[in-house]
Amino acid sequence: MTLTPTAPSGTDAIRRDYLALTQRRRLYSGLLLLVFALLMIAGFRTAESRNAGGFIEGLAHLADFPAAILSEAWDKAANLPGHILDALPSLLETLNVAAVATLTGTMGGILLSLLATRGLAPLPALAGVFRRIADVLRAVPEIVVALVLIFLLGAGPVPAAIAIGLHTAGAMGKLFAEVNENIDMKPVEGLASVGARWSQRMALGVVPQVAPNYLSYALLRFEINVRASAILGFVGAGGIGYDLKNAMTFGQGKLDEAAGIFIVLFATIVVLDQLSSLARHRLTQGRA
Amino acid sequence: MADIALQSAVLGEFRRKRVIALAMPALVLAYLTYVFFAFDVAGLAQRARLDNAATLLSDAISYKVHVTQDNRTDVTSIAIEGSRRMTLPTDETPPWVHREGARTVIDLPQGHRVIYDGPVALYEMPGYGEIRITNTGSAIDLSLPQPGVPDFINASRTRVTVTTEAGRLTVTRSRTETMRYFPGWELFFFDLRSPFHRMTWTAIAETVLWGDRLDPARGNLALMVSNVWNNEIWRHGDVAWAMGETILMAFLGTFGAALVALPLAFLAARNFAPARWLRFVVRRVLDFVRGVDALIFTIVLSRAFGPGPMTGALAILITDTGSFGKLFSEALENVDGKQIEGIRATGARPVQRYRFGVMPQVLPVILSQVLYLFESNTRSATIVGAIVGGGIGLLLTQAIQTTQDWEKVTYYIILIVLMVVALDAVSARVRDRLIKGDGSGR
Repeated sequence: MTLTPTAPSGTDAIRRDYLALTQRRRLYSGLLLLVFALLMIAGFRTAESRNAGGFIEGLAHLADFPAAILSEAWDKAANLPGHILDALPSLLETLNVAAVATLTGTMGGILLSLLATRGLAPLPALAGVFRRIADVLRAVPEIVVALVLIFLLGAGPVPAAIAIGLHTAGAMGKLFAEVNENIDMKPVEGLASVGARWSQRMALGVVPQVAPNYLSYALLRFEINVRASAILGFVGAGGIGYDLKNAMTFGQGKLDEAAGIFIVLFATIVVLDQLSSLARHRLTQGRA
Repeated sequence: MADIALQSAVLGEFRRKRVIALAMPALVLAYLTYVFFAFDVAGLAQRARLDNAATLLSDAISYKVHVTQDNRTDVTSIAIEGSRRMTLPTDETPPWVHREGARTVIDLPQGHRVIYDGPVALYEMPGYGEIRITNTGSAIDLSLPQPGVPDFINASRTRVTVTTEAGRLTVTRSRTETMRYFPGWELFFFDLRSPFHRMTWTAIAETVLWGDRLDPARGNLALMVSNVWNNEIWRHGDVAWAMGETILMAFLGTFGAALVALPLAFLAARNFAPARWLRFVVRRVLDFVRGVDALIFTIVLSRAFGPGPMTGALAILITDTGSFGKLFSEALENVDGKQIEGIRATGARPVQRYRFGVMPQVLPVILSQVLYLFESNTRSATIVGAIVGGGIGLLLTQAIQTTQDWEKVTYYIILIVLMVVALDAVSARVRDRLIKGDGSGR
């Protein structure tokens, strides 16, 4: 908007301009909303036509399967504690996969982020390359790596841990690089002035500043990784997801076992959610 | 005195920190050692299938052509990957295979040569000599130019295999087969039924631009596009649909979840909830939805709706409603009351207060969260698709399970990565524009 000397009638002009601008903006918003609504409707219809079962018929049967599980679990309620206990070893495996992946992935992510942050990288010319590496690691879905590794290494927790770890390294590398960009460079320069090596500058100048932030992201990631590890189990990587798949494909007769696994999975995720949000709250708000 | 107390306190703190600094890596190391044994990583080295890795790598970037002689009928056929659908017609022989009456001569790279002559198969290897394999009808006889069976020949009474860098010859009683390897992906654009598959690229360009119509019913360009789209081996059309389904799942799931979660978030936000009991109920429902893992929703929904993109979209929708509900209600709890007051002071009705007082404040936050989750959901949709049976995830799992089509697996992986990267870029751009654009959000 240009400032023109306003005669008494100038306010009218401004008012007209403003109203025109608002109207145009409203028109654009309206059009955008319309396009969005059309996309949603068209997408829904396409999805509906390519689905085996329709939406409306499906809704009617939505409760069937949970009802079957519940009724069988109710009939054999005495078995339920046993099933819950039986599920614990595979739950431990699922948790271990997530923990190892989070640990190694976070360490890899920290290294990647330090190498990818301009101003901190030992080889600034390669900072962009490491950033791309993190992008690619993040872009490859875990299932792709997991399935290929299962073919090479056989079914088990290791392929899942590697797959999730690689993805975590990429995601954390990107996130941490953003965190690193906002740090105070004075401690790093101070360390450099007394002749500290790169590793010392990073460990003593950078990491103490960002550690609470890193830890908080790592905790959040652990929660995400537990879910991912359960899902990868379902496609063949072992752990509680695999047990669930077996119980489910057996169907009627083993549904009480599935119910036990459901309960264990649900409880684990709720507990982890609470614990990690508590810990993150303390890290970011409390004594950091 | 105070100084000494301070000094000892500081030193104590230093000692404590030093212990922690040493204890943390030790703990991590101890845990990793435990996992090393729990996961049986040592045993993994034996179970690892290095031969599988070699097959995978070579298969992903090359293909083989089988020249097979049926020893019962003496008919020789040439097929790509030994597949029936990719058997060359009998009048079309590649230049490295010569049919001379009953004899078939196959040229391999590095001067190697294989000759089929009735029951006898000869493998001529420069620097080693002529390997003569005779099918006597009851057994396979091997005669070598030099004493001792070398490493590259695997011989038994019923089967002899010669494996060299140039190719592979297998003789059994029922068939004699030579495989020659070629770099690249076979028939990627045109399958054998297509009139284009024997042409060079320049010939194809000429045909498309000014050649006579190959099919009187339609133009050459339309024919070419349709040939590629309906390629029998690579099924580009189906793959494109599968990619579309995956993106559709992520799109419908994410934005549908945002639409469902927004009203719920108002009910769950401290400063907007109409009643405390309602807020409590909505919050618990959202907690429950977040607690039930995406895996469980996916399973339950695929039972009700059957395989397909709708099921995947609904699974993503329900899972994300939980997280969006929480995120949005937090955003709503952080709105500045002054703007709403100001709008109220002009005599605005409640709807107008929400529209002009609340939405402009929360919309950028909400949109950036929605787009962020959309990015991550394009990845999840691949996995969800593998479980519910839809989209590119299904194709990928199927291709991996056959353990044959590694070139297809590679192709799908490349497509998935490109899709994720492209959607990442689009969503990052939209996010930047919406948030840094005009302050009103919309």
